[in-house]
Amino acid sequence: MIPSPVYLDAATAAPLHPVARQALLAALDDGWADPARLYWAARRARQLLDAAREATAETLGVRPDELSFTPSGTSAAHTAVLGGLLGRRRTGGALVHSTIEHSAVLHAAEHHVARGGTAVEVPVDRLGRLDLTAWSTAVAGPGVALAALIAASHEVGTVQPVEAAATACADAGVPLYVDAAQVVGRVPVPAGWSVLTASARKWGGPPGVGLLVVRKGTRWESPWPADERESGRTPGTLNLPAVVAAAASLRAAAADAAAQAARLSPLVDRIRTRVAAEVPDVEVVGDPERRLPHLVTFSCLYVDGEALLHALDRRGFAVSSGSSCTSSTLRPSHVLEAMGVLSHGNVRVSLHSGSTEADVDRFLAELPQIVADLRAQAGVVGL
Amino acid sequence: MTTPDEVLDCLGQRCPLPVIALARRLPELPVGAVIRVLADDPAAAVDIPAWCRMRNQEFLGAAPAPGPAYDVRRVR
Ligand SMILES: Cc1ncc(COP(=O)(O)O)c(C=O)c1O
Repeated sequence: MIPSPVYLDAATAAPLHPVARQALLAALDDGWADPARLYWAARRARQLLDAAREATAETLGVRPDELSFTPSGTSAAHTAVLGGLLGRRRTGGALVHSTIEHSAVLHAAEHHVARGGTAVEVPVDRLGRLDLTAWSTAVAGPGVALAALIAASHEVGTVQPVEAAATACADAGVPLYVDAAQVVGRVPVPAGWSVLTASARKWGGPPGVGLLVVRKGTRWESPWPADERESGRTPGTLNLPAVVAAAASLRAAAADAAAQAARLSPLVDRIRTRVAAEVPDVEVVGDPERRLPHLVTFSCLYVDGEALLHALDRRGFAVSSGSSCTSSTLRPSHVLEAMGVLSHGNVRVSLHSGSTEADVDRFLAELPQIVADLRAQAGVVGL
Repeated sequence: MTTPDEVLDCLGQRCPLPVIALARRLPELPVGAVIRVLADDPAAAVDIPAWCRMRNQEFLGAAPAPGPAYDVRRVR
């Protein structure tokens, strides 16, 4: 019997929200023209874009002119970091960031360093929580142009003390950039930031839409060649139908977010408890309390992460992993590394509005045997 | 600097193999013995200390050059 598919990788991409699908189809008909032109089809597209921007800004609690749509969460993160550094280059060339930022932020940091800038990494503890003392010292250091902090870890779910970190930044006069990809549309966005980014595919919008918010008064300059679209912050023609779908689904996801969090968080607790109790030699990682409602990560001792993903896939379960064998670079996840937790045999489960209690229970029922079989095959039972 | 009682060559092996080799060999050594694991898989730097923590064995740290190596003392 072919097992029914259970998709548990919402932190990479949530299944398309029905509202997104509807909006996308409608906008394919009405939103194909260039919103900057001066004829009827363009005006229709312009109305769609303006409405999408207003709705999204309202959900985020920002002004529409502070918000730009980008081609992805990754490009939004690159633009946020490089633009924040460029805008304050006269203050200095240092970027402060946590060790658990998304690779998009880390790659922007590397790009900055390769061009003569500096980067200061701030560590986290074993649960993946920012070291606030080290953060406060780092942002008060000389020549800090920008500080970057992920709102909540995409790999282990630990929610970061963004507001305390923002206070330290404000005291030092340093703008804070927050990568909010895993919180927008799911939990309230913390306050205190100057620049914020998100990604539509994380909340059930289509892939290929990011958000970039630059608060009024922030010293920020586009790092890209000039382009007048999106307030000059991010170049290129927008995929307007996708933007419209992203905006519609964000509104729907945000309206339902508290109910979904209340439903999914106990399921995550159930996974945390039962995996720890029923799978021998497993390390459930991340903060058990200050965490995202929909995401949990664990590592199984002596198990090959890639083999585990394949075995789960054969049973219909789609999950992701931070183990080195599953990455193209063959390096373990820098997040697990920064936390000092086991990196092999790693599984990240992330739930979405379509995830049911029955899905989670079937996963929990099958996982112990799948892990036991892999350990038996590898001859590591009893080690 | 500790002189290891034994050297376990896991060069070229991918994780979790170096950790498995360590878990097999350490209990065969007397309590107090130090084993040096040579492992160039980058995950070993994370997973060998994590294994020591989970198994209550003592991680002595990355051994001095040449090559990536990790010292572990059997304490129980
Ligand atoms: C925290 C975080 N930041 C940024 C991104 C990048 O977003 P996108 O996949 O839209 O490029 C992701 C998702 O991969 C993420 O989880």
